[in-house]
Amino acid sequence: MANLKNVTKKTKAQAMGMHSEVLTGRTQQKFFNPDEAENFYYFGTYDVDFNKRTDLDVKNMTAAEANKELDNLMSQGYGTIVIKNPQGKHSLGVGILNKLNLIFEGSLGYFGMGSSDGPIVRINGRVGWSCAENLMAGKVVIEKNAGSCFGAAIRGGDLICKGSVGARTGIDMKGGTIIIGGDAGAFTGFMMQRGRIIILGDVGINLGDSMYDGTIFVGGEIGSYGSDAVDSELTQSDQDWLRRKLRVAEIGENFDVSKMKKIVAGKKLWNYDNLEPAEKKGAI
Amino acid sequence: MAKKKNKKKEASSQLGKKKETAREKMIGQSIGYRYDVNLLPDYKKITPFLKKYIEAMGWDDLNWLEDVHMGYEEGKPAVFCRNANGWVTIPKSIKLPNNQQDRDMIARELLVKFQMSPKHPLVDLKKAYLKF
Repeated sequence: MANLKNVTKKTKAQAMGMHSEVLTGRTQQKFFNPDEAENFYYFGTYDVDFNKRTDLDVKNMTAAEANKELDNLMSQGYGTIVIKNPQGKHSLGVGILNKLNLIFEGSLGYFGMGSSDGPIVRINGRVGWSCAENLMAGKVVIEKNAGSCFGAAIRGGDLICKGSVGARTGIDMKGGTIIIGGDAGAFTGFMMQRGRIIILGDVGINLGDSMYDGTIFVGGEIGSYGSDAVDSELTQSDQDWLRRKLRVAEIGENFDVSKMKKIVAGKKLWNYDNLEPAEKKGAI
Repeated sequence: MAKKKNKKKEASSQLGKKKETAREKMIGQSIGYRYDVNLLPDYKKITPFLKKYIEAMGWDDLNWLEDVHMGYEEGKPAVFCRNANGWVTIPKSIKLPNNQQDRDMIARELLVKFQMSPKHPLVDLKKAYLKF
């Protein structure tokens, strides 16, 4: 009986011993030190100079060899690197956690520039699937078209495609900004949780399907809205931000942003009810 | 006059000290943010440190920091460090302004300092697990 009494006082999740599971992650025991020295780069990364420039021909290299050589050049202080003959190789330029000015003279295959944190990248060609997946920070500009899953799960930075992109652009994105000068395919912004997508052209069906949060701006026609994607009012602050962002992206500077549509989450799918911990426990 | 003062006091005491919402009570878990995650930064409020950071990185704007906001963890002002996957508490010695835009800029500055510090938790992890 005593146990029952205790249980009734608690929520269902607490009664199941799940109350210590916090959605927010672990609180750090370390606190900020406001007197921390001014340091703009990750500890252990290279101090590169943007004015120190070199070329790297990757024609006869594998992606792993090319990425290793990139790292080697950064360690020598090269801040501007031009990659020649990428020839659609997959996984080029992944995992760069450095400030860097990187230029690809050609097209990339799958997973180009994935998991990068900081570099400014220009790709003078096309890119395959999942370009800049998991991008953390920096700016990636693609001069032509991009494949599916463009900017999948990005967490920060600016990802710009001056042409058109395939389906599922910005799927599961958790931050950052994706800017598309042309059209976007179906399921754009699928399950996005945070961040912003700007599409100057048309977009396919199921836009923002199951989006949890974040914002999508569309300049052209929308094929159809996905589940829980709803229209929202475009504010003056949105318009100012759009103008500035399009200037940064070097596209659509004269685009009339006041006529853009703003799509957000209707938040009807925010169903973190007390059934969820039970399901979670069952799955463990 | 007295009413105005009271209102100000109330507003400042609310920041970072909001009680759990009905939803949080029901699920028995705390929801990470109670602020507008979609709030766009006001570039007029940018701090000199952040200006230098943007310049050093060669970017045109706040870039990834546009998504950083001052939140709350266990009732205390905190900012989420995505690299460490956890909230980092703001020291009590830092006086925080009342408006979210100014608070966000402080959060951004402190987060950059925290992440770039040799004392960041990932530095030790890197030493222990670095493969190549």
